[in-house]
Amino acid sequence: MQGIGVTGAVSPALLQEEAVAQSAAGVMGPGAVPVTLTLNGKVVKVTVEPRETLLDVLRNNLDVTGVKRVCDRGTCGACSVLVNGKVMYGCSILAIDVQGKQITTIEGFALTNGKPHPVVEAFVNNDAQQCGYCTPGFVVAAKAFLDHNPNPTSDQVKDGLGGNLCRCGTYMGVRKAVLEAARVMKGGSRG
Amino acid sequence: MAEYKWPEMSKRKVMGRPFTRLDGVEKAAGRARYNSDLNKPGMLHAVMVGCPHAHAKVHSIDVSAAESHPGVAAVRVMAPAGTEVQWAGYEVAAVAATTEIAARDAAAKIRIDYEVLPHIVNEADLKKVQSRAKAAGEQIEGDPDQAVKESGIVVSEGTYGIPTLQHSCLESHGNVVAWTPDNKVEFNPSTQSVTSIRADVARALNVPAANVHVHQDHIGGGFGSKFQPDRWGVESAQMSKTAGGKPVKVFLDRSMEQVIAGCRPSGFATVKMAAKKDGSITLWDSQSWASGGIGGGGSPPIPYVFTKIPNQRKLHSAISLNTAPIRAWRAPNHQQASYLTCAPMEDLAAKLSMDPLDLFLKNVQLTPRADTYERQLKKAAELADWKKLWKPRGSQTGSLRRGLGIGVNTWGGAGHDSTCRCNIHADGTVEVELGSQDLGTGTRTIISQVAAESLGLHLSDIKVKIGDTNYPPSGTSGGSTTVGGVSSSTRKATLNALDKLFGEVAGALGSQPDQLEAVDGKIQVKGTPSKSLTWKAACQKLGVKSISETGSNVPKEAAKEGLNTGGVGGVQIADVTVDMETGVAKMNRLIAVQDIGLVINPRTAESQVFGACIMSICGALMEERIMDDITGRMLNADMEYYKLAGIKDIGEIIVHIEIDEQNDKRGVIGLGEPPAVGGIAAISNAVSNAVGVRVPTVPMTPMHILNALNGRKS
Repeated sequence: MQGIGVTGAVSPALLQEEAVAQSAAGVMGPGAVPVTLTLNGKVVKVTVEPRETLLDVLRNNLDVTGVKRVCDRGTCGACSVLVNGKVMYGCSILAIDVQGKQITTIEGFALTNGKPHPVVEAFVNNDAQQCGYCTPGFVVAAKAFLDHNPNPTSDQVKDGLGGNLCRCGTYMGVRKAVLEAARVMKGGSRG
Repeated sequence: MAEYKWPEMSKRKVMGRPFTRLDGVEKAAGRARYNSDLNKPGMLHAVMVGCPHAHAKVHSIDVSAAESHPGVAAVRVMAPAGTEVQWAGYEVAAVAATTEIAARDAAAKIRIDYEVLPHIVNEADLKKVQSRAKAAGEQIEGDPDQAVKESGIVVSEGTYGIPTLQHSCLESHGNVVAWTPDNKVEFNPSTQSVTSIRADVARALNVPAANVHVHQDHIGGGFGSKFQPDRWGVESAQMSKTAGGKPVKVFLDRSMEQVIAGCRPSGFATVKMAAKKDGSITLWDSQSWASGGIGGGGSPPIPYVFTKIPNQRKLHSAISLNTAPIRAWRAPNHQQASYLTCAPMEDLAAKLSMDPLDLFLKNVQLTPRADTYERQLKKAAELADWKKLWKPRGSQTGSLRRGLGIGVNTWGGAGHDSTCRCNIHADGTVEVELGSQDLGTGTRTIISQVAAESLGLHLSDIKVKIGDTNYPPSGTSGGSTTVGGVSSSTRKATLNALDKLFGEVAGALGSQPDQLEAVDGKIQVKGTPSKSLTWKAACQKLGVKSISETGSNVPKEAAKEGLNTGGVGGVQIADVTVDMETGVAKMNRLIAVQDIGLVINPRTAESQVFGACIMSICGALMEERIMDDITGRMLNADMEYYKLAGIKDIGEIIVHIEIDEQNDKRGVIGLGEPPAVGGIAAISNAVSNAVGVRVPTVPMTPMHILNALNGRKS
């Protein structure tokens, strides 16, 4: 019924892998523990409780706020981040579980020396945003989608971006933006 | 004195063009800071504790364990012993602590004993809620008793329902606030009204308004639910004061957001309509009821649009429920009224064996704008390919059935109170300042377009400053009145400032101020480009001075000036396919035709209509608040089971905004609300057309559709 696909959800395989790694490392907490994250190419250290989600640690401890807290329950995709290049919901993973992984947020790729990433540019060109609160999550999901599907059809875009929700109703613009970004990223024209 | 009227449509250079939004990159790149993103030095995090019962008396409340929890800076009891709570989720206590997690842990230690009282939370069956019903007086026009007896008329009767919806703003309600020992308050809310919320905060805290400063750069959705500081705003300020002025951040958890931070009233009605065999409608007879929470409320304006039906009887009852109070919703009560009118009309057409398009057209004289609706119905039908695709109700076979349906809308719009200040500096810089807000509608962008147009400059030459109480007051962003208000005040302020600039440079151009014009980045003698100064050179004449002029939109006088007016109509046609075995209704297309006066930015205007249509699709197919009779609580207070459409669920949306000289002459009107009205009626009618029977209860979920097909009452 609802176009929520599996693309934005936490990959079961990755979770399983994590579970094994965790049991090997032993139990952490309760109470705050040192956590080392590789965030947007830089190593950052924080002291947080094992029960804290990556989303909350990014927003509350690291002031990385392009990642938004909306449903806080793995439904809306506003907290989308990339973990080793795969899109995941920041609200549905614990910060301690992604140590040693490459974590990329919207801040990590959206602007390079002030120049917008083609996905960002396409979102602006196609007015694929209104209040904008869901938009960084959409841009992260769209980038990951295009990284894995550089030549999407319009139907594939609808499936690939099915893990993100917008309340203002910007989907018409998002559809066009993702297709435009695909063309531009391959060296084609906007139109 | 400047003449403020808009330049002719054909002569505009900046207005009317589809510029991309000014804050587009900032938002899409995640750099836009919403107030929920603020992390201020020393900031405390606050959480609220809600009552788990729909109706209860607080017997005792013990916060001592919370107060001694590590990191806790303040605890507030919001519902002291003896308080009678009338809905689940009601705020009982609040905790502020150095970390969010400490605040949550402490909140869990608050011990509250309740005396649980009986509740009623569902109103679909009027007979069961009679004890909670408050009837308004019966309203009668013409002779409804006689009208139903006329020979040769066809009568259609049905009962219809449309549920309570939750606003579901993606940025939840909340704020960051600091109430410092010098009695000053810095308030950073998520609000639709930067200007008026200052007065509300000042009143609630008993602080002079001049001591309250409000700032907001962006808001993550409001839809009518974010006008007040709310109880959490006031309590968080008190906690800041207790904590010596440290900033306190409170943004509601999703579950609380869904329960208490905004819903719209339901709407139910048993409607009898009658028409002559040619389709002329002669009778409207309705018994309607709705709930807006404990205070009742929610009276849909029915019959909607077709207000001149000659014989009418209306009886409405407000139902008081133990549910959170309603808030304004994008076009309050209009979706309900549109559905409760257009659905009976579709049923009447089926009873008459008439094409509903013909029935709507036949009766346009019963609307206040017959020409508009006739034109729009025909245009929407053309875009929908109605004549080819529409089939009589019940005439289809097979498991996948396609249906078409119609819904109509109307709205006021016009401009709210707004003052703009335009500053022109000697280096040529132009600032326009308004205490307004951009809800994502593109307010910043259209302000900039109006200023650039008026000053003969480019968009990039204008610095728009909004979202702060240091700027002149502007109205609340509600009722689709923002664009009318801010465009008119910006027009007047910029032209007033330009007049001053003309006065400064007329001598240098050997002319009089009233003989000058601002065109293409130059100040020149009218029609004489050879006698000109560049904008920069003209501004240099200011020397050490700068110009600062204001202009105001005053709603009472706006119509005379012609900058903004109100009153529009629109038509939606939906095209759906329903699977008769599973009951799943799928959108094929939604067509929206909208009349909307002068359009400043067709790109953002189209986005508004797309968004309004998508909100209609959510409301027609998915959204409903589900209340549990036994516990009195909302069962789907999340975004998993409170369904919103995803990118795949909306089909294609075809928008036709009537941009033409005739509409343009009416001035700016406002577009946020009207296209959000008719879609639910259109989609519901399309479903009934497809499946062959009325599915009486919105949303058109598989359960409701299969119940209707199997003759079950849902």
